[in-house]
Amino acid sequence: MTAITNPEPARPSLQRTLANALIITRREVRDSFRDWRIIVPIIILTFFFPFLAQNVAASFSNFLEGFGAQIIGERTIPFLLMIVGFFPISISLVIALETFVGEKERRSLEPLLSTPLSNTELYIGKTLAAMIPPLLASFGGMVVYLLTLLGGELAWRPPAMLIVQIFILTIVQALVMVTGAVVVSSQTTSTRAANLLASFIIIPMALIINGESVIMFLAPDANSPNGIGALWAIAAGMMLVVLLLLRMGNAIFNREELLGRMIDQISLSGTLRKMGRYILATDEAGTPPRNLLDWYRRGIGLSLSRLRVPLFLSAAVFAAAFGVGMFVGTLPELRLPLPSATLFEAALTNLRQDNSVINNLFGSYLGSNIQRAYFTSVFTDSLRVLALGVILSTFSFGVAAFIVMPFTYVIAGYVLMQFLLAGYGTELFLTAFVPHNIVKIPVAILATAALFRLGAVVTRPPRSHTLGHAWIVAFGDMVKVSLGVVIPGLFVAALLEVTLTPWLLLNLLS
Amino acid sequence: MIETENLTKVFDDFLAVDRVTLRVNPGEVLAVLGPNGAGKTTTVRMLTSILAPTSGRAVVAGFDVVKQPEQVRAHVGVLTEQHGLYERMKGLEYLDFFGEVYRVPKQTRRERATNLMKRFGLEDAMHRRVGDYSKGMKQKLALVRALLHNPPVLLLDEPTSAMDPLSAKQVRDAIIELQRDERTFLITTHNLAEAQQLANQIAIIRHGRIIALGTFDELAQQFGGETIVEMRVDGTLNGAAKDFADLITVVDQTEDALYFRTPSPRQTNPDVLARAVGLGLRVVTLSQKKQSLEDIYLQVVKEDETHDRHHQP
Repeated sequence: MTAITNPEPARPSLQRTLANALIITRREVRDSFRDWRIIVPIIILTFFFPFLAQNVAASFSNFLEGFGAQIIGERTIPFLLMIVGFFPISISLVIALETFVGEKERRSLEPLLSTPLSNTELYIGKTLAAMIPPLLASFGGMVVYLLTLLGGELAWRPPAMLIVQIFILTIVQALVMVTGAVVVSSQTTSTRAANLLASFIIIPMALIINGESVIMFLAPDANSPNGIGALWAIAAGMMLVVLLLLRMGNAIFNREELLGRMIDQISLSGTLRKMGRYILATDEAGTPPRNLLDWYRRGIGLSLSRLRVPLFLSAAVFAAAFGVGMFVGTLPELRLPLPSATLFEAALTNLRQDNSVINNLFGSYLGSNIQRAYFTSVFTDSLRVLALGVILSTFSFGVAAFIVMPFTYVIAGYVLMQFLLAGYGTELFLTAFVPHNIVKIPVAILATAALFRLGAVVTRPPRSHTLGHAWIVAFGDMVKVSLGVVIPGLFVAALLEVTLTPWLLLNLLS
Repeated sequence: MIETENLTKVFDDFLAVDRVTLRVNPGEVLAVLGPNGAGKTTTVRMLTSILAPTSGRAVVAGFDVVKQPEQVRAHVGVLTEQHGLYERMKGLEYLDFFGEVYRVPKQTRRERATNLMKRFGLEDAMHRRVGDYSKGMKQKLALVRALLHNPPVLLLDEPTSAMDPLSAKQVRDAIIELQRDERTFLITTHNLAEAQQLANQIAIIRHGRIIALGTFDELAQQFGGETIVEMRVDGTLNGAAKDFADLITVVDQTEDALYFRTPSPRQTNPDVLARAVGLGLRVVTLSQKKQSLEDIYLQVVKEDETHDRHHQP
């Protein structure tokens, strides 16, 4: 036996990360190419399917030409190019599930996790390995298809940018599937469970492909040298999803998450119990409160301390939303055709001189059933927005939280700008806006922060928490601040909006 | 060296490892024994920096498992419970891959892999697909993988469980040789004879907690109770056991042997021998019955179970 020696010193960080990741990639790719279950579909889809697609395209074009509908045939050609590219990359999902969960199931992951490779190196290495063979097959298939089209009876000359777009979309779709598969893999211990969960990836992808095909048929800029605008938007949107999934994957592809999770079964009662515990928790250990006051003081205090950064972001987004609204309001094409300031002042003077109009208007409103109904409507609308925010935020990694509630304030900013540009001053706007928003804005900022954290926490759970645990803690915080602060706050704001605000307006106008 | 202090791991609400404190010096072997699910694998995973401790600390090969996980893994060789080999790769190719991951220079890893494969009788299987290996060969290959980067600390989970007696002896010999080379070993095993043969220290773990720790002699002294002595005679005892009642506590007897318990053999045995001679018995041997690790292990677990029963709410 040889004497103890230390391994050679580590290479510089970035170089080392890539070099180590590529060790994994090389092995995995070699392994994939030894698996006939991967090789056979790749060969068929690369070398035979494009010919089939070309025949379909030619037959379809010829058939439609007989009815004078060549345009449909022509627009089928790029769609088929995308399909020729998509079929092989769908294998990337299979490879990704295989390399991540398959290894876990065969227990070959643990020796790899026992090596000095970092989580990021393993993640990059395996992600590349899942993407490279299918992407090569995909590009190969598309090139074969294009060559058969260029040299075949159709002699198709596609817009170059459309080809570029299809290649980009293919890469982005592969990235979405692989990065999504990593997330799925980390939450399962068997390929069976992973394959079931993979429908959460493949179904949205199929819908996107459907959407892209419709766009290719119907887009008014289908022959533009700059490509189809809507496809660029889809590619950009999917890239954003990829970035979020990459961030999430890198955060949850860790040894703790991979080996700490022993079973796939979800214990509903256990999960509910845990949720309840974190809704009541007054400290990190989940200690229940002594009484309601203790829950408010320590429990909500704890949640607020966890929401510090989201609160800051949320406040910035609200301010930005108002600013954006004001900016949009300055755009000439979006300005409202309001009466001039002189007319407005005259109208106000008339209203003040003849109180009967205003008094009748508010007199029939204040204390009436309309006011009560208005209160119910305002409050329940706020609750609906909150509920919508919970759902959308959860499925959008928190992005939707910054749209749902702040959007109202884009409109408010826009209205203020119209008033200012028309020369009405700020008095009317502030009277109608400020009284109830003094309560509503802080509450909305808090709700947005909690909703953002609820969605975003899965993209980077705290180091010591599993993904599920981190989400449950965030959910507990969200419910806690909602029950303790947001909902009572919205109630008070709705009450002010239907009572104090109209009363102040009445006083201003009469 | 391996050193842990109150090492604890909690999975959600399950306490897997409970305040484990131990120290294994260079050149020592610690055998960790315990029933399935006792927390042995979780402890090994924490010592490999695969799982982060919930609390407590551990230093392996001079590196903190939480603060320096990559250095820990670079200096540890691990044989996992499930060997998890890449079955489509060839033996040598498999080792080359892991050698590269451990940043062992190409030439060195080739030489080491070849030598180690020869050392464990795998020279004919170097270029064969791992999937075609027998269970024992796979275990040996996994062990070679653990040794390939020449680590100062080795964590071996059931190192000989799937091996035939000859292969198991090869592995035990290798462990003894590496031990002389100042390597530190932590071995988890159900093979108590092997643990007794190899280990300088033995830890018995149950419900994540170390319930006994020490050398074999220390454990024997602590848990083995009074010494049991065997007196074998030529011929039959003919019910002579009752004649020794005032000297010793007879625990068992056969036709030609008497087993008795004594707190002090040095004082009791000469009296017993004199009495036997006086009774006309022809004593062939008077020997202390050796306790096995199995006896001690069963005793330790039994005592802990009794303790649990008495302390259950």
